[in-house]
Amino acid sequence: MKKEISRRDFVKASGWLVVCFSTASLVEPFAMAQGPFDTHPSHVDPEKLDSWLAVASDGTVTAYTGKCDFGQGMYTVQTQLVAEELCVSVNQVKLVQCDTSVTPDQGTTSGSQSTPTNFNMENLAQAAATAREALVGKAAQRLGVSADQLTVENGIVSAKSGRHISYSELIGGKHFNITVSSAAKRISPSEWKVLGKPVRSMDRVALATGTFEFVHNVRVPGMVHARVVRPPEIGATVSRVDEKSVQHVPGLIKVVVRNNFVGVVAEKQWQAAQAAKGLKVTWKPGPGLPAQRNFYDYLRKQPSRDAMLVDSKDVDHKLKSASRVLKATYSHSFQAHGSIGSSCAVADVQEHQATVWSATQSVYPTQHGVSALTALPLDKVRVIFVRGSGCYGLNAADTVSFDAALLSQAVHKPVRVQLTRQDEFISENYGAACAIEQQAVLNRNGMIDVWDCETWSASLGGRPGYQKPGNVITGMLAGFDTDEITPQTAVEPTGELRNGSNAVPSYVTGCIDGKCGGTGSVRSERVLTHAVKSPFFTGPLRSPLRLQNTFAHECFMDEIAAYTKADPVAYRLQHLREGRIIDVVKAAAKAANWDARPSPKYGTPSSGIATGRGIACVAYEGDNGYGALVAEVEVDQQSGRVQPRRFVVALDCGRISNPDGLRNQIEGGVLQGTSRALGEEITWDDRKVTSIDWQSYTSLPLGIQVPNIDCILIDRPAAKAMGAGETAITLAAAAIGNAVFDATGARIREVPFTPDRVKAGLATRP
Amino acid sequence: MTAISLKVNGHVHAVDVDPETPLLYVLSDDLQLRGPKFGCGLAQCGACTVLLRGRAVRSCVIPVSAVKQEEVTTLEGLGTPEKPHPIQQAFIDEGATQCGFCLSGVILTAKALLDENPKASDEQMLEAMSNVLCRCFTHVRMMRAIKRYQRNRA
Repeated sequence: MKKEISRRDFVKASGWLVVCFSTASLVEPFAMAQGPFDTHPSHVDPEKLDSWLAVASDGTVTAYTGKCDFGQGMYTVQTQLVAEELCVSVNQVKLVQCDTSVTPDQGTTSGSQSTPTNFNMENLAQAAATAREALVGKAAQRLGVSADQLTVENGIVSAKSGRHISYSELIGGKHFNITVSSAAKRISPSEWKVLGKPVRSMDRVALATGTFEFVHNVRVPGMVHARVVRPPEIGATVSRVDEKSVQHVPGLIKVVVRNNFVGVVAEKQWQAAQAAKGLKVTWKPGPGLPAQRNFYDYLRKQPSRDAMLVDSKDVDHKLKSASRVLKATYSHSFQAHGSIGSSCAVADVQEHQATVWSATQSVYPTQHGVSALTALPLDKVRVIFVRGSGCYGLNAADTVSFDAALLSQAVHKPVRVQLTRQDEFISENYGAACAIEQQAVLNRNGMIDVWDCETWSASLGGRPGYQKPGNVITGMLAGFDTDEITPQTAVEPTGELRNGSNAVPSYVTGCIDGKCGGTGSVRSERVLTHAVKSPFFTGPLRSPLRLQNTFAHECFMDEIAAYTKADPVAYRLQHLREGRIIDVVKAAAKAANWDARPSPKYGTPSSGIATGRGIACVAYEGDNGYGALVAEVEVDQQSGRVQPRRFVVALDCGRISNPDGLRNQIEGGVLQGTSRALGEEITWDDRKVTSIDWQSYTSLPLGIQVPNIDCILIDRPAAKAMGAGETAITLAAAAIGNAVFDATGARIREVPFTPDRVKAGLATRP
Repeated sequence: MTAISLKVNGHVHAVDVDPETPLLYVLSDDLQLRGPKFGCGLAQCGACTVLLRGRAVRSCVIPVSAVKQEEVTTLEGLGTPEKPHPIQQAFIDEGATQCGFCLSGVILTAKALLDENPKASDEQMLEAMSNVLCRCFTHVRMMRAIKRYQRNRA
């Protein structure tokens, strides 16, 4: 079993890799943006093969990646990728993930972009292919045989004569000194021996035996412990800190105040916890919060930054002249990442340099943030990724890394900061609350003629990126600006359809300047989005906005189908024209043995347990994977409790790199989506957040009757590799909502579907 | 500070700490064990679970002084990577991990139940797991692993 690389191993393994710090390249303009994530030029040049791969004298391959594993399986699958392209076994590959000293800057590990970025015709995959070709070329020279007569297995290059030479003999311990070649030929999926196979996650033995090193386990010599003291109310500022109030706490090293940032450092963790609890801070109240009761109305009335994603220009006219316009408004709560391990980081900030051990998804951007916070030169800050608990997006890993850096700098010692659950619940970057209005007009044949969608999403801060440490609470408290919405009216859409947030429903043509990038057939189309200043920090939470938008689109599609008394699957298929989304809908319906008929189910009694089925589908981010989900649910019409019984998922993410990891992501995604759909909701009063622990913010526990989840994987070896970690979760709320409607005739348009909301829906059903 | 003797995973340790210190901090900071983890600090999630004389307890809210001479077993005290305990092996065989941060709660709570009641019904299992969280929602595989262990130990 491969051992996760520890810091010590890493230092040993990378000892012979030339690491040169240079600020020269940092001032160059953005040259290497890849995918939707910014990257900056760094001292690790992605053009050079040696930035990605090294072969040691013992034949071990070390691969350097800017995409890390936080439980979604990227460690295992990237190891498979390198092993496959280099024709070595997975046990010969060591992967170094996300360290600003040695890995290329690949921006942020996020957005279902790791597989598209590293498994297609560039980056890590292309580097490994380049290395194999280079090694085979060297072997051809050494063996005096042409390269096409050679085969490679387990790092041994062999000729038909039986003569052979190993990778370690060819290059062991030396640099390649070549550039990554875009022409290097990749191993064809039909010849895959390691990729495409269901390799179980390589960290599972260490995890199950409690020996895996999380960032929470990082211990540095001389390290002390800290806690933060966050403003108890949103927007509160420090008026006075009474340091004397904690003078009696044994082991106290320092009370640290910087602008509105407050923390305490002590010798031991318990002492830090006691000091944080006992520290008397007088806070100036914040401006107060808009009432949660009417929040979605409030959201729709605020100044906003608008974007028109598609506009066929005939929508207003058709809406006015239609005899009947179907309308519905959907809303979705703020939700927490709620990582099971409250976030933690360790920083060692010395006079001239800093090291941060962080579970961030973005080591390079975090390096910039730490540099700004500590005023140390960028090239003197090193951020090393060490896995935290599952993050599902921008949890508090970034902000706690900033906390650790500030506190370490203040006490001149390495500091470990452990946030409390409450710290994280009251001030993490929540998944955005949204209100979404839908309108449609049908033609004489009952087909959709017009689809009009308008969305409002709450936004404040977000990923700190390279420029904005104030986008998370620590940076803001320390005095850095937060990205706020600047109101702006929408301009005419131009160029290609941009549907990265799935604001555009799957059923419209998505035509801009005559080019139609949508997956559907509805030609009269308009999608207008409004970003509104949020009272709380927001940031990417697994399937950000894609989930909220898909909930609204797929429930509205269901409402239209029900209005026309059409079967929800057949009606969807009548409005789709992209083959891959059609295929997943058909595959899910077939595997679920879909009961084709209009919804709601005829003749269900209005009391007792009702059962129903619903479907939802998505072209994730427009073109980054296709999924369909059938949910079968029971609704207790007395209590309003919804109990999913079975899920059937069909997923197409192009060529599949690891079907076991894929299933794990789908199963987890569907159930996480179920928890979010049924109960997860940030709550607040007029001044502060009131969902502060696992009682006031509910997560489905292990002790539920776990529904069966059938996964239909549609492998497309000839297609590009796409993201897959966020597709299934995107569909859960919509499919469950549609199943609840099918079972009961009640349409619940607000996530989460708490028992009270379901009961209210049941009471007002037609 | 008080000198406290603690029996953990078969070894006796002497620590000098405030007796009110939660057991978790002593295990993870003073003894540098990686199994029990700080999840919520409120006994609501299970990530800090250890076995205390065979019972699954939340070490984040138990003062170290309350442990006295009772044997503490952490996740790494069950088995080793080379020789995992059968319940750990069941999780390995089922691939029942994602981030894995919750595993002390999941594995030790299930083990404590099945040690006490090897024929625990589904209802009893759900009851025992009703306060254990996995935020990656690896529920399908975890429950499969627990059932596998239950079958194999019968």
